[in-house]
Amino acid sequence: MTGSAERRDDLPLDEWHEVPAGADEDRARSNGHRPAEPIAPAVPDRSGDVWDRRVAGGLAFLRRRLAGDYEVDEFGFDPELTEAVFHPLLRRLYRDWFRTEVTGLENVPADGAGLVVGNHSGAVALDALILSTALHHEHPDHRYLRLLAADLVFRMPVISELARKTGGTVACNPDAERLLRGGELVGVFPEGFKGIGKLYSDRYKLQRFGRGGFVSAALRTGTPIIPVAIVGGEEIYPMLADLKPLARLLKLPYFPVTPTFPWLGPLGMVPLPSKWLIEFCPPIPTAHLVDSADDPLVVFNLADQVRETIQQTLHQLLERRPDPFGP
Amino acid sequence: MTPGGSSSLPGVVVVTGVSRYLGAHVAARLAADARIDRVIGVDLAEPGPEVAALLDQVERIRVDAGAVGGLLADLDVDAVVHLALVSAPDPQQGGRAAMKEQNVIGTMQLLAACQRAPRLRKIVVRSSTAAYGASFRDPAVFTEETEPREVPRGGFGRDILDIEGYVRGFRRRRPDVTATVLRFAPFIGSTADTTLTRYFSQPVVPTIFGRDARLQFLHFDDALEVLHRSVVEDHPGTYNVAGPGVLALSQAIRRAGRVAVPVLEPGLSGAIALARALGYGRYGLDQVDLFVHGRVVDTARLEREYGFTPRSTAAAFDDFIRAHHGRAVVTREQLAAAEQLVLDRIRQVRAAVREQS
Repeated sequence: MTGSAERRDDLPLDEWHEVPAGADEDRARSNGHRPAEPIAPAVPDRSGDVWDRRVAGGLAFLRRRLAGDYEVDEFGFDPELTEAVFHPLLRRLYRDWFRTEVTGLENVPADGAGLVVGNHSGAVALDALILSTALHHEHPDHRYLRLLAADLVFRMPVISELARKTGGTVACNPDAERLLRGGELVGVFPEGFKGIGKLYSDRYKLQRFGRGGFVSAALRTGTPIIPVAIVGGEEIYPMLADLKPLARLLKLPYFPVTPTFPWLGPLGMVPLPSKWLIEFCPPIPTAHLVDSADDPLVVFNLADQVRETIQQTLHQLLERRPDPFGP
Repeated sequence: MTPGGSSSLPGVVVVTGVSRYLGAHVAARLAADARIDRVIGVDLAEPGPEVAALLDQVERIRVDAGAVGGLLADLDVDAVVHLALVSAPDPQQGGRAAMKEQNVIGTMQLLAACQRAPRLRKIVVRSSTAAYGASFRDPAVFTEETEPREVPRGGFGRDILDIEGYVRGFRRRRPDVTATVLRFAPFIGSTADTTLTRYFSQPVVPTIFGRDARLQFLHFDDALEVLHRSVVEDHPGTYNVAGPGVLALSQAIRRAGRVAVPVLEPGLSGAIALARALGYGRYGLDQVDLFVHGRVVDTARLEREYGFTPRSTAAAFDDFIRAHHGRAVVTREQLAAAEQLVLDRIRQVRAAVREQS
């Protein structure tokens, strides 16, 4: 008799995540919207019929999307779409293609704000997406990582909306601090384009950390900084040369030449299947430094500490992974 | 100080732009407030038939907002509510040149007159969230302190920046006058008629390819409430006024049951320029900028200082949908029925397959 009483809206599309019963309804009502009345299924489904539930769940999802019955936050983050579409796709890449191993998850808080600072690599910022998949997939509380991206991302149509829908926003202090004050886990790559646009010969050498804006954001909000080292991103698109004149012409920060790109065209955009290791380092508390957010010395020292931690952890991880394309 | 007046309640209030929808409603509402002695409506144009009935209790003077200098001194005006702004050029009324004349020159002259009015204690100026400009480096949420990074391309946005500049100058010269600047999000509601409500009323709605702007709306009644409180209470400073929460443009179109047609942005800008040259100046670069960048503001200051929270963006939009429901292309009921139909078909097919095997 469970069949007819069950609300089809609450069935998860994907088995990774159990949506708590009624969550959809509460979320909708909180924004002043009345969700449509649930309709009892015409054919009572047999308990244990996985496919029937999947089809019903998928159709309910489609209906909600087409009717606009979902919520986005003020940054444009669409948790439902991220959960149902983007994370399942990224998990394929994360698990089957890159065989990612994650350690140190206990250093990521279960709730409340945290600033995750990582090394950047790999021509396109795939490491940011893999990192957010790791946190959502492996963390016991399935935390979303709110990524801060360069404004170039938001200049490009389609890409900009994908970034916003998956929880990203422009890398600037007001946004970072607003997310941190809201108790979110924020992901930042202070190397920026210097990190992802470096040559293969410079792999796993951390670049300059800019002005340390991420440190002042953490200091102003008293948020712990969690350094994270990501190994594997450098080998996916080994960049042999940077065609600077072409990059200038296209108004890009760099134009990569890899063994496969641009020679093989779109096929050259398939990332090489390197082995990925991600390690979260112990958090660096900043609550006692809230008053020093504008002190350049404190900011630089802290940025340096984060940088050193990531660099050392990268070396340790590289020793654990002698073969970049190993199992 | 006004004689015998320790309260901040103004005796004589001048409202500019009363021939237009917002001005007429605000003037009528203030006139209905017994605490205010006189409400004088100022506008150059005759009020349209749809708002004329509202203005029974309002003294009307047909004069340009810019030429009220003598009026302010003669009538011992305590407060001025400046609403005479045009948000989109109207080809029948002189187009963009007339719009700029009214917005920028009109405000400049009004503020110059206010500066010379010795009894004036309060001025409330209508502004817009367009004051934040539009840039790809913008933060996602604007607080009142955010400076525009790029001057907007649209005429209205540029006018708003000029107007706020004049108000800053006025504040410096008359620090004794309480100056309130209200940055309103686009109005929406069951009756409001604005560029955006006309946009969402069409069955097929053009959008910009690859962009899904985050939008906020303000219910028209809440705009009236905030303006009313600004006159009878003292709230110096600049305030964002918007419904909390956010709707993505695509989401708003779906909730309204309309169909979105994505258009490439460079083509759209060209088409708008062409349309304007041909005299169809209905949508401008203001709208394109809004739909490319989106605009979300922080309303914490309003909620704190006014003790008032406008209804949410989603609720305000729902009110609009209910009033314009008849022209929806896809309704929620149709979607639910289609869902049920497909589900039943799949179940029938699966049951048939199971019986055969």
